[in-house]
Amino acid sequence: MSVQRNDWSLQRKGIIDQERHKDRVKEAIRKNLGSIVSNEAIILSDGKRSVKVPIRSLDEYKFRFDHRKRKHVGQGDGKTRVGDVLAREEGQGQGKGKGPAGQDAGAEYYEAEVNIDELAALIFEDLRLPFLEEKAKKAVPAKTTRFDEIRRTGVMANLDKRRLIFENIKRNARSSSGAKFGNVKKEDLRFKSWEEDNRYESNAVVLALMDVSGSMGEFKKYIARSFFFWMVRFLRTKYDNVEIVFISHHTEAKEVTEEQFFTQGESGGTVVSSAYQLALEIIATRYNPRDWNVYPFHFSDGDNYYSDNEEAVRLADELIRTCNLFGYGEIGEEGTSGYRRSSGALLSIFKDRLHRKERFVGVRIDEREDVYPALKQFFGQRGVEA
Amino acid sequence: MADDREIKDLERALEQIWQIAARLGLDPFPTRFEIVPATVMYEIGSYALPGRYSHWTFGKAYHRMKTMYDFGLSKIYEVVINTNPSYGFLLETNSPIQNKLVMAHVLGHVDFFKNNAYFSKTNRRMVESVSSHAGRMNEYEFKYGRKTVEEFLDAVLSIEEHIDPNFFIKQDHPPQTEAQERAGRPKEGRYDDLWKLGEQSAPDAPQPPARELPRGERVPEKDLVYYIMRNSPALADWQRDAMAMIHEEMEYFVPQMQTKVMNEGWASFHHARIMRELDLPDRELLEFAELHAGVVSPQKGQLNPYYLGYKIFEDIERRWDNPTAEERERLGRRGGEGREKIFEVRELDNDVSFLRNYLTEELCEELDLFVYELVEEEEWKVTEKRWERVRDQLVSNMTNFGFPYIVVADGDHNGNRELYLKHQYEGAELDPAYARKVLEYVFRLWGRPVHLETTADGEQLVMRYNGEDHDED
Repeated sequence: MSVQRNDWSLQRKGIIDQERHKDRVKEAIRKNLGSIVSNEAIILSDGKRSVKVPIRSLDEYKFRFDHRKRKHVGQGDGKTRVGDVLAREEGQGQGKGKGPAGQDAGAEYYEAEVNIDELAALIFEDLRLPFLEEKAKKAVPAKTTRFDEIRRTGVMANLDKRRLIFENIKRNARSSSGAKFGNVKKEDLRFKSWEEDNRYESNAVVLALMDVSGSMGEFKKYIARSFFFWMVRFLRTKYDNVEIVFISHHTEAKEVTEEQFFTQGESGGTVVSSAYQLALEIIATRYNPRDWNVYPFHFSDGDNYYSDNEEAVRLADELIRTCNLFGYGEIGEEGTSGYRRSSGALLSIFKDRLHRKERFVGVRIDEREDVYPALKQFFGQRGVEA
Repeated sequence: MADDREIKDLERALEQIWQIAARLGLDPFPTRFEIVPATVMYEIGSYALPGRYSHWTFGKAYHRMKTMYDFGLSKIYEVVINTNPSYGFLLETNSPIQNKLVMAHVLGHVDFFKNNAYFSKTNRRMVESVSSHAGRMNEYEFKYGRKTVEEFLDAVLSIEEHIDPNFFIKQDHPPQTEAQERAGRPKEGRYDDLWKLGEQSAPDAPQPPARELPRGERVPEKDLVYYIMRNSPALADWQRDAMAMIHEEMEYFVPQMQTKVMNEGWASFHHARIMRELDLPDRELLEFAELHAGVVSPQKGQLNPYYLGYKIFEDIERRWDNPTAEERERLGRRGGEGREKIFEVRELDNDVSFLRNYLTEELCEELDLFVYELVEEEEWKVTEKRWERVRDQLVSNMTNFGFPYIVVADGDHNGNRELYLKHQYEGAELDPAYARKVLEYVFRLWGRPVHLETTADGEQLVMRYNGEDHDED
């Protein structure tokens, strides 16, 4: 019989195995990228750092009873009678068979907390800008300054006030006066210091084209949106010198801001050539292909005015001639995989008639899960056939 | 140091608690208490024993517990380990009165470990055993790769509860010699028996007595882990060894799973008695009352094992102390035998028999127990209040510590060494999605097609997995 206290500071088994668990989560995410990429929680995360996504493969499977088909014994507050309703089943098919309070045995999924940055790193691992070429103009070293150091001396203009306050409070805390701000001394001062960064990089501009015509319903816009979400993220994380131009179109096209691009409503018919025309103009005036790598990506449901198809193909050919790669994604109705093609579906027309097909990628997207493969086709290592 | 004083105080309190416990009739193993930080507490809590082998599922449990603690959602006050001497762990942030309560509670558990029949065969040096297991597992990881071992363990852990709780490999089954082992093995090839054609036994030589098949070759066999470990055509030596280790650890844990209600009830019953006899200042008394109420409070809708067990022990004591006239006459109870009776119960029963024998109509009513189920896929409704039905449902749900009862029915199904498992259906259906996943795991262990016979929607159903596809009829 005794009571003791020992030093357990070297005991780290739980933490080590927690890492193992994290590895499993990572692996599971990798395996489920397809469904995670188009998960609403992420696409609509609005700048949140991490989101919860359900992951199936992390359950510990055992022989167990079907929670929903079983009789349970519960305890009430003394007045329970036969026929009392304890809880209602909610979210049919969501896998979250909720029983009365505290009964969560029916939960089918393990919800993993996913950090969007980490997820992005996983997704982007295999992606790059295809046919990236050294272009003359801005391929000179781009000089940037990065503030990445803190020093005790420096110019007053570079004073780091936050750190100054912090240091001051720390010093006060050390002395007897308590952790308060005040009595600033020279030794509290901290200055930001920088380094010059020379990078040699090619320039690229991406033209994001989206159909916002009346036929682009909720699902189709969501797909286009999730694709562009990752594309924009990808381009901004991987390359410093990437410019993005947003163009939305129905019967006519116009250049819009990123925010408008993702939020504006739909209306009207579809004239694809209008968007291509505008794209070509923008390229001609602002992004001379001699200096820039140009990547137009276009999303539409392919419901183009029949009379416009001829023109669309001609302009697409011209885009391909001027650009490094032209990507076209055709979004189908939710759940109708493959066979259904509306009369004027552009994808098949493009596939038939375009001239330089090696610089064209066309994909069809019918499900949310198709977004990830589409990303991989657009930004994968080249040599992929559509 | 304040620290030392705190420990001195606790030791003094422990002395007192121990004496009261002894006076009340408790007979625990010597017990060591240790004050630990939250990380260690949760680590021991999630592994159930310190020093076990590594697996991501422990990490997951640890992460969950730790997070709950960090967010202030739940807290473990105490962890106790069934060894001799026993170990009780106290959370370093516990208040003095919390620690006293925990110590009293722990002594109740330790008394139960020592004296309940279902624990009689548990290995009281389990900490050493699991740490040697961990060493071996570690070696296998080093030799065969962490991933290989991990994936194998995933498969074994999916059936780890399916052992026979009355079967202890080591004690019941002294290691066979090589020769015996060979003799006992099932025929290895289809035509091996041809070799024996020439050897004819003399006609009137006495036939050797029909030897009963050794454990592990008989079917039906409840112990899936043992059966597969012995007979699987697909396992390497290290894998059989790993399965034996997990089997041994489960042997150790099963009694705890079989006596959860009793064990918690017993400990709660006694911490209440002991604390009542401790001379507590008013302030502490109040805090104790609050804590105790928290431990044994009924949770709405759910069954709190602490509370249920606690109430039943109290009730038994009362009924044997002050029997009714009828009980005196018909059952010959003399009265004043309450204490004696509860000690008898703690020695002989497990949860199933405990509830079957001692959950009375009055208690069911007082606790407001009921049966509920999902009606028309829509509402969770109370469907039964008659106490005998409620009791029977409770007992049935606790049978086989809440797991479906599954046996090996044939290890050579279709004459093709396929494994045929059978779920002994008793009114509750299996979760089919989970069952399919487990079949995939069992296939990994057995290496040949696996079948599972069960009942769904009132009809017999056989699920199969052949390594590639699922199939059922």
